[in-house]
Amino acid sequence: MGTYRDAGLGLLGDPTRRAIFELLARRPSSVGELADRLPISRPAVSQHLRVLKDGGLVVARAEGTRRVYRLNPDGVAALRAWLDRVWDEALTAFQKMAEDPELEDP
Amino acid sequence: MSTASIPPLGGTVTVGVPVERAFRVFTASFGTWWPAQYHIGQADLAEAILEQRAGGRWYERGVDGSECDWGRVLAWEPPHRLVVTWQINGQWQYDPDPAHASEIEVRFTADGPGQTTVELAHRYLDRLVDGQALRDGISGGGGWDAILELFAKAA
Repeated sequence: MGTYRDAGLGLLGDPTRRAIFELLARRPSSVGELADRLPISRPAVSQHLRVLKDGGLVVARAEGTRRVYRLNPDGVAALRAWLDRVWDEALTAFQKMAEDPELEDP
Repeated sequence: MSTASIPPLGGTVTVGVPVERAFRVFTASFGTWWPAQYHIGQADLAEAILEQRAGGRWYERGVDGSECDWGRVLAWEPPHRLVVTWQINGQWQYDPDPAHASEIEVRFTADGPGQTTVELAHRYLDRLVDGQALRDGISGGGGWDAILELFAKAA
């Protein structure tokens, strides 16, 4: 395929970048649309998008006068990067719950 | 380049509970610990459900009642082993073809009466790619040439 890149894996460690990535996972969006849904400025959104794009996780496409960003549909680099975060956080959450004395034996 | 080189994901945690409880919390109480921000459907996550049997569904229910499949339960061996498929591809969509399913194996090993090691491996991510490439080949006008090329690669 040539589309798989390991470089994307560390990019979702930044919480804002991860928030942008997860918004794009639900719906392709412009910089303005992302900025409306996040507590950061458009230039800050653009900067994060550039990093995600350089890492191969998102792609941009011109639609009329605006640029619309979406997850890179080639290969599973984006999905793998996302899943890497998922398992990390899910296992931590599982551990907490398993050891929580308040949770009665299911 | 072979897509089979996509390395598996996963991790290991040690929990201070007996193996039976670890397995039950992981499965029966799946919805209580799964981080709610991780979901596939458009709607916010109301519930994540893992059906407790081989062949069972693994899916999410949104706050609007919509359901989105994640995969199927392949192996149900309480309290030591669980295998489920993950069938969400790079397009963020459920691919119902079992040949394109990645797999998650979870092993529960008792280290002692009150401690369990849980190992999770998410593998065969390359199958998700192959399924996607096949579809891209069809929709992108690659037609049979692209499919045969993929077949040749796989063979």
